[in-house]
Order: sequence, then structure tokens, then C-alpha cells
Amino acid sequence: MKRSWFAYPYSLWMVIFTIAPMIFVVYFALTDTSGALSLSNMAAVGQETYLKILWRSLYLALICTVICLLLGYPAAYFLASKDFNKNQTLFVLILLPMWMNFLLRTYAMMSLMENQGIINTLLKAMGLEPVRMIGTEGAVLVGMVYNFLPFMVLPVHTSLKKMDQRVIEAAEDLGANPAQVFRRVTLPLSMPGVISGVTMVFMPAVTTFAISRLLGSGNFMMFGDLIDKQFLELNNWHFGSSLSLIMMALIIISISLLNKADPKGEGSAI
Amino acid sequence: MKKNALVSILAILLACCVVMGCASALADSQKQRTLTVFNWFDYIDEDVIKMFEQETGIKVTYTNFTTNEEMFVKLEKSAGSYDVIFPSDYIIERMIKEDMLEELDMSKIPNAANLIDWCKSPDYDPEGKYSVAYMWGTVGILYDPDQVDGEIDSWGALFDPQYKYGVFMLDSIRDSFGVCLRYLGYSLNDHSEEALDAVKDLLIQQKNDNIVAGYLVDETKDKMVAGEAAMAVMWSGDAMYAIEENENLRYVIPKEGSNIWIDGMCVLKNSQHKDEAMEFINFLCRPDIAAMNQEYISYCSPIQQVVDGYDEEQLNQPALNPSAETMENCEFFHDITEFMELYESRWMEVRA
Repeated sequence: MKRSWFAYPYSLWMVIFTIAPMIFVVYFALTDTSGALSLSNMAAVGQETYLKILWRSLYLALICTVICLLLGYPAAYFLASKDFNKNQTLFVLILLPMWMNFLLRTYAMMSLMENQGIINTLLKAMGLEPVRMIGTEGAVLVGMVYNFLPFMVLPVHTSLKKMDQRVIEAAEDLGANPAQVFRRVTLPLSMPGVISGVTMVFMPAVTTFAISRLLGSGNFMMFGDLIDKQFLELNNWHFGSSLSLIMMALIIISISLLNKADPKGEGSAI
Repeated sequence: MKKNALVSILAILLACCVVMGCASALADSQKQRTLTVFNWFDYIDEDVIKMFEQETGIKVTYTNFTTNEEMFVKLEKSAGSYDVIFPSDYIIERMIKEDMLEELDMSKIPNAANLIDWCKSPDYDPEGKYSVAYMWGTVGILYDPDQVDGEIDSWGALFDPQYKYGVFMLDSIRDSFGVCLRYLGYSLNDHSEEALDAVKDLLIQQKNDNIVAGYLVDETKDKMVAGEAAMAVMWSGDAMYAIEENENLRYVIPKEGSNIWIDGMCVLKNSQHKDEAMEFINFLCRPDIAAMNQEYISYCSPIQQVVDGYDEEQLNQPALNPSAETMENCEFFHDITEFMELYESRWMEVRA
């Protein structure tokens, strides 16, 4: 029995909130203020100023993804292990920050990292030199990792969890030591989760905008900030759309590269 | 099957339109008087709105913006949704030029007679036909005397490398360029490539010397209260707020001169509620209401009775009551829309 009409409300939703906006973005990106077809806005993206900002976004997003992977994989591995099967506390702790809006969390990070903030007050109380954190690239990076880490842990955890334990037992029976089991069995089988995690961290990281303003004090403009500025401050929707189009293209390219590595989409947790 | 889906989608869309149409017809029939106010974020004592609703029975929808530019974008993109707006001087000038503002009917705004004289005929609206002043103020430096050498009296302090990460700049093109233009001896409204290039070099130098702590707008005042930096370029009202929270801080309008501005109240030409809008403007000009707002947001009120009520401390506060010579040395921004691209490209180079 076909129940395809179940999907109609969602199709409508998609038409209004995904497809229509995309059409607008493409239309604005390829026209100028008079409404005539023009590639001048697309060409303007290539200016040194904007490439510099794009490069910074890609580079920070990449570092953020690597850190999330290095922190998130071991955590997911531990969470999925047998010793941990019954106790859900840590798992809840990892999810807990996601229950609160990311902007609020970022404001909280700001008051932690300010010159007169909580961390520096503690340092001073212990007789140590205060450290300048707020307004640095490092602060932006910490904020990004903090916000996006759960997106790495969850898919990796899922893929480790649904792994057939008998495969690992078999490897052990055949004489593999723990390191070999991990390298030749667990890691390859968890790759779909890793790929999904990398996608889910990299995409929001590369389009970050509020974090860089709050924790970087506006010193490190990222691609998201640049787009935000075109729409809200400079009233240049055409150039803003061109920037968005480039960003979307970059994301689509990176997703398709990743999909090549995970053709069956086994790790997809979205 | 696909055809079916399309038909259903269209049917749902149609149904939505019908429902919304009915809803709005229903609202009209009830004849509730309404008004949509579009004001700066945190720029009114919200009790005033409740009082206005109680006294007049007009239902107010209150919405906010953060910068003039943002407001202008929203007005263009959703024409007809707003009635009363609070633009700054140079935006009023531009809106008059573009014929967006309704001429005010002064017989409906008798309280406008309470304005101090120089605010009655500002040069952006010489006959006061389109706007009534709401608040005015200046741009200056707010500084922490414990973190600087002696007294600050020049914009030059913003570019002194001894203040490592010690200066907050405004993330606002015209203000940031404006202070540099005055420092270099140009007018705030200069748009020659020579002047703007000089400003750009100065700002890039400032950034490369690691003097800038950040480019922010709304967050700066709280950061200054907490002692996050030695000084900040700031609007006088924000400076007043910070000084009230931290008495140690001082505000100065540098000797090179600065920007003086007025935020006015205007009615949009495409407004559907012009009478209500003028009633609202009149209400805000009533001395007791103006005093409530002045006390709440700490900017300078243009209402004579409020100024007469200042105490000694308020009279001596340059953020609230600058001296006559200082005001002589300040200038208004003018509308330079057609040259903004020259500003914007250079500002992006600074910020990238």
C-alpha cells in the first residue's frame, strides 16, 4: 500500500524553505542591482580581501575538525566499549550542552575567557600571569570545538556501537593483539561514522559566524561573518548571494568527496 | 503520482492564503487601532510603551534594529510593515531625498514645541518638517584612567602602540572612518580617495600594531565596565551607561572634533497608521515621558524641561552635557550613499 501522501507536508516545507530560498540565492548571485544578468558579483568574490577571509574559514574549520576527531574518537570508543554499556551518565554529559542554544553557550565562553574573566581571575588568584584569550584565533577555535564536538562523537559512537562484536572476537581468536584489532578491524569498520562526523563538524565550522564575533571580538572575520555583513549592514544582497553560492559549492564538493569514501552511506547519522 | 503531489501542494498553498485572508479581514473588522514602532535595540523605557497603550488604547508592536544600515535594509525589503521609525540624521536626509517620509502634521504633535532650539531646525531637515528629535549625542573616547597615561584628549591615543590590545573600535563603518578622518584633519563627510586611503592605512597600521582589542558594537560597554581594555570609541549614551556602572571611567570628546548626531522620529509615507504614529511621537515628546526615557537609556534628551531638570553632576558630565565650544567643534554626518562603496571596500580591507 502506497502512503506517499505522508510526505506531502514535508515536501511543501521543503519547497518553501529550501528550494525557494536556493532559487533566490542563485538569482541574486547572478544578477546585478538593475536585475540584469551579470557575473560581476561572482567575479568580485575572487578579490584578495575575500580570498583571505575564505582561506581563514577553511583553515580554522579544518583544524577544528581535526581536534574534534582527536578528542571525539577516543570518547566515542570508550562510550561504546563493553565496560561502559550500562552507565549512561557520561553519554548524557556529552549530549547535555546540546540541550542549550549555542549562542548562550558562546556567551558563557566569552565571560570565561575575558581578560577579567573567570579563568584569568583564577590564574591571578593562584599567583600566575593572566593569559590573553579573548580576541585571539585560539579562542575562536576553542569555541568552535566546544560547540561542534558532539557532532563528531555521536556518529562515531553509533558506528562503533552497531559493529558486530563477533568480528572483533574472531580477530582476537586468530591471534591479533589489541593494537592490531583496532587498526585492522575496529578503525576500518568505524570509518563511515568518522566520515559522517567529519562532515557534520566541518560544514557548520566553515560557515561559523557568531562565534568569531563573540570570542574573536570581531578581529577574525570569517566567511559567515562576511555574508552576514553583506545582507544586514552593507545591503548588498547580490554580492552576499554570490558569496553564499561559492560557499554552497565548496560544501557540495566536500560532501561528494566524502561520499566517495562512504558510498553506502553507512555512517550517516543525519 | 508526481502530478498528484504538485496538485496537493498547490491546494495547501491556496488553503493557506484563504485562511490568512480571512484572518486579516477579521482583524480589520474589529477596528483595533494598531501601530508598529521600529526603534534601536534597547532605546526606550518599555514602561513608556505600556503607558501609551493604556492611555490611548492603541496596540503597539515594538521591533528593533542595531544599525541605521540594517534598519534601511529592512524598510526596503518589507515596505508598509512599519509606521514610526527612529533613524539618525544622515539617514533622515537620505529618506527625505528618496521621498520615503511623510510630512508631519505639527498640529497633532504640539509637544514638539518642547524641543531645545538647535534641535528644532537641524541641517538635515532644516524646517523640521519630517522629523522630531528623539535623542542626541556625540562620539568620543571612553577610557579607564588607571590603564592610561594622564588624560586623554586626542584621537591619537587610539593609535598609540603602548596600548597593546587596549582599544575597542566600533564595528560601524562611518563611525570608525569618521574618527580617523577628524584625527587626520579631514571632514567627517570627506569621500576623496586620498582621505579614505589615509584612513585605511591608519586603521591597518593600528591593527598590525596589535592595538585593537576588538571591533564590536553592543558588547563594548559591558567590557569597558569590566575593565577589559584601556579605551573604546563609543557613543555618548553607551558611555553614560558604562560610567553609571563604573564611576572610574571617563568620557572625552577629543580636541580634533567629532561627530554630533540626532536620532529623530519619523513617520513612513507608506504607513497605514499615520495618525497613531503622530500620536506616539507627541507622547514621547511629553516632558515626563522624555525624562523617563532619558533616565532609562542615558542619552541626551532634546526636550527643554528634561535638560532643566539635570543635577550638578549631570551638568558637568561631557557625555550628557558637552560644552558649547566642544559642540561647535563637532559636525553632523551627511548622506553620502553614492560614495559608500569607497568606504566599504576599504573597511573590508581593514577587517579581512
